[in-house]
Amino acid sequence: MQNRLLVVSSSPHFRAKGSTARIMFDVVLALLPALVGSWLFFRWRALAVVAASVSAAVGTEWLMLRIRKRKPTAADVNSAIVTGILLAFCLTSTLPWWAAVIGSAFGIAIAKHCFGGLGFNIFNPALAGRIFLMHAYLVQMTDWTPTYFEKKEAGATRVALSPEASQGVDGESYATPLGILKEAFLQKRPISEIRERLPGYWRLFVGNVGGCLGETSALLLLVGAAYLLWRRIIRLHIPLSFLVSLAMLTWIFGGARMVGGEPRMHLFHGDPLFHVLAGGAVLGAFFMATDMVTSPMTPKGMVIFGFGCGAVTAVIRLWGGFPEGVSYSIFLMNMCVPLIDRFTMPKLFGANFGK
Amino acid sequence: MPTTSFKGGIHPPYFKEPTREAEIRRAGLPKIVRIPLQQHIGAAANPVVQLGHHVKRGQLIAEPGGYVSAAVHSSVSGRVTAIRSFPHPSGTKLPAIEIESDGWDTPCEDLRPVADYLSLSPQEIVERVQRAGIVGLGGATFPTHVKLRPPQGKKIHTLVLNGAECEPFLTCDFRLMMERADEIIQGAFLLRKAVSAERVIIAIEDNKPEAIERMSEAALPLDEISVEGLEVKYPQGSELQLIKSIAGVELPKSKLPLEAGFVVQNVGTALAAFEAVAKGKPLYERVVTVAGGGVNQPCNFLARIGTLFSDLLDQAGGIAEESAKVIMGGPMMGLAQHTVEVPVVKGTSGILVFRQSEVEVSEGLACIRCGRCETHCPAGLPTGRIGLAVEFGKFGIAERLAAMECIECGCCSYVCPSRRPMTHYLRAAKAEIMRRRERERAVGAK
Repeated sequence: MQNRLLVVSSSPHFRAKGSTARIMFDVVLALLPALVGSWLFFRWRALAVVAASVSAAVGTEWLMLRIRKRKPTAADVNSAIVTGILLAFCLTSTLPWWAAVIGSAFGIAIAKHCFGGLGFNIFNPALAGRIFLMHAYLVQMTDWTPTYFEKKEAGATRVALSPEASQGVDGESYATPLGILKEAFLQKRPISEIRERLPGYWRLFVGNVGGCLGETSALLLLVGAAYLLWRRIIRLHIPLSFLVSLAMLTWIFGGARMVGGEPRMHLFHGDPLFHVLAGGAVLGAFFMATDMVTSPMTPKGMVIFGFGCGAVTAVIRLWGGFPEGVSYSIFLMNMCVPLIDRFTMPKLFGANFGK
Repeated sequence: MPTTSFKGGIHPPYFKEPTREAEIRRAGLPKIVRIPLQQHIGAAANPVVQLGHHVKRGQLIAEPGGYVSAAVHSSVSGRVTAIRSFPHPSGTKLPAIEIESDGWDTPCEDLRPVADYLSLSPQEIVERVQRAGIVGLGGATFPTHVKLRPPQGKKIHTLVLNGAECEPFLTCDFRLMMERADEIIQGAFLLRKAVSAERVIIAIEDNKPEAIERMSEAALPLDEISVEGLEVKYPQGSELQLIKSIAGVELPKSKLPLEAGFVVQNVGTALAAFEAVAKGKPLYERVVTVAGGGVNQPCNFLARIGTLFSDLLDQAGGIAEESAKVIMGGPMMGLAQHTVEVPVVKGTSGILVFRQSEVEVSEGLACIRCGRCETHCPAGLPTGRIGLAVEFGKFGIAERLAAMECIECGCCSYVCPSRRPMTHYLRAAKAEIMRRRERERAVGAK
């Protein structure tokens, strides 16, 4: 016993289970339902984009760690997988595989490792990759396609009319629900007038609408989000404040009505539920804005951050140049995180004594 | 009274079962004891015996080195065989008096029992506590007499007896409450009288219902003493957090509880005070929980101060071959030992031995800003940001972020998924800030 070598370390000598690698793995698990959804709605092309994006992310991570002479850890690899999946989720299924690779590599190499790697990146790497692609390959990035089921439906009706017409379905340019809404908004048309062109709430919720391959189904995303909440990896502060502020602003400012035969913008005539369910709001609110590295640390800061994300999304969707603004809003708010953190320090125990 | 527990904290597994039912057992009389002169916060004690002297059990062998210091007594009868530096549980070598037991265990009668102890004056009580060398037995080892003499003009209204015992594995306070409740209550009565407090609250975590019941029974005849159950949460037993839980008052770390009219004493300290005042027994032994996966027969010992860890571990059935870590105290705030040839001191609440498989050695990864450390920090510190500042050598930032308010409870390290040495960063920050302040003071003095 006298000659035994003992481990000496600073207290505590006890640690909770769980690790960074496990957190990242849990996020991957939480994304699986939506991944299955992307296959259901967009078939193998969706999976090809995901595969390209994920393998590029992991490959770039490994390469960058080699260049920076760091030992790759499970946390690094798992976090790269998360980035790969998240990026793919906000791409269209028709995107060429090489574009997914470029976006993924950009996100990991430039947005993550140039800032210091895991933990030090200011911007969510997946969003940085998407924004890069939006600017580099706008045409490919917005080449929307209807879902498998929509095609089947359309095909069935057209087959009934004439066999030739059904062949044209794939070639038609497809407008996303948010695209239709934006068009109406620009023309100051009341939403009620274009309602029949828009998918219903249930279809939006389930995700049977065209768009980016992982963001369509709020239902499947919420299943994953519930898992993350249960595992205490995310908290509700960011997603709730994000979606609430988006809903409030689009409800207040997002609608028009007919006044004496003239279409007029009118307060409180927007469709908040539609704005929450359509596009990338749910994916962004629960999976991207909640990225620990690029969001504030205190609950108060998280709420400010979430409200900012929702507000910027609403501004872009209503008055900006794009129909969708989730990625830009989170990207912009990522920039504000150091500032938010600075002004939302936790309350020091005993700070109010004697006051 | 509604209890609003403090914010933050953690719920670690408690692992108290192995020793919960282990009645306190008197450890065998050690053949040799090494009694350090520094076993308390404050100045080291000065030896009053010399090499070769014969001493009795309970005899004063070192007198306090100042007001904030404590007397040290022999824990056996025998011959002083060495006065020099020996390995100390704090990790360094410190001066200690080595005594070889003569096996007779002859008691010393310097401090006489008082039959009518209930009529002693507050001054007499504090004096006897001071002479007995009593310090806080919860682990902080602050000299008790200092706490019992509030400065002029400070009125103490509440004496809190801390029986929270929130550290995992440790059951020494629980066993004391179960086995010696009446004496603890007597001690509480004496301590209350010493500080002229109006009431005594005995605070016990709700995971010890038997202790709550036992103490309530014992306190029944005394109206001014009440027992309160606390939320089970670490670090509930931390002095400032405990006051918050009991009374809703948040004190900054720079303030002593007496600023708000509180004095907090560990239940073991109350028992020691009773024994000193009524029975004339100096603090020469204490209860030590010996537990952990590496200990063959986990148990609670009443051990003489100065008994070597190795001696106690042998009496606990020895330790497993694959033992890899020895800790004095609990797993959250205890001190890792590099040898088992260190003595039990007044602050030794437990000796824990862990097997290789229970010991985690990790370097820690980059911070992913998950914020768990900050959510769980009972002191309300921006722990994660302080950790990053320290990692990059920015001690000025650490100071501005109130690093000095850290109570080193270990919650931040406990919850960190990146396995970062958070508590260590905070400790490093505090040490460096102190160094800088001292340097500034030195420059200012010139």
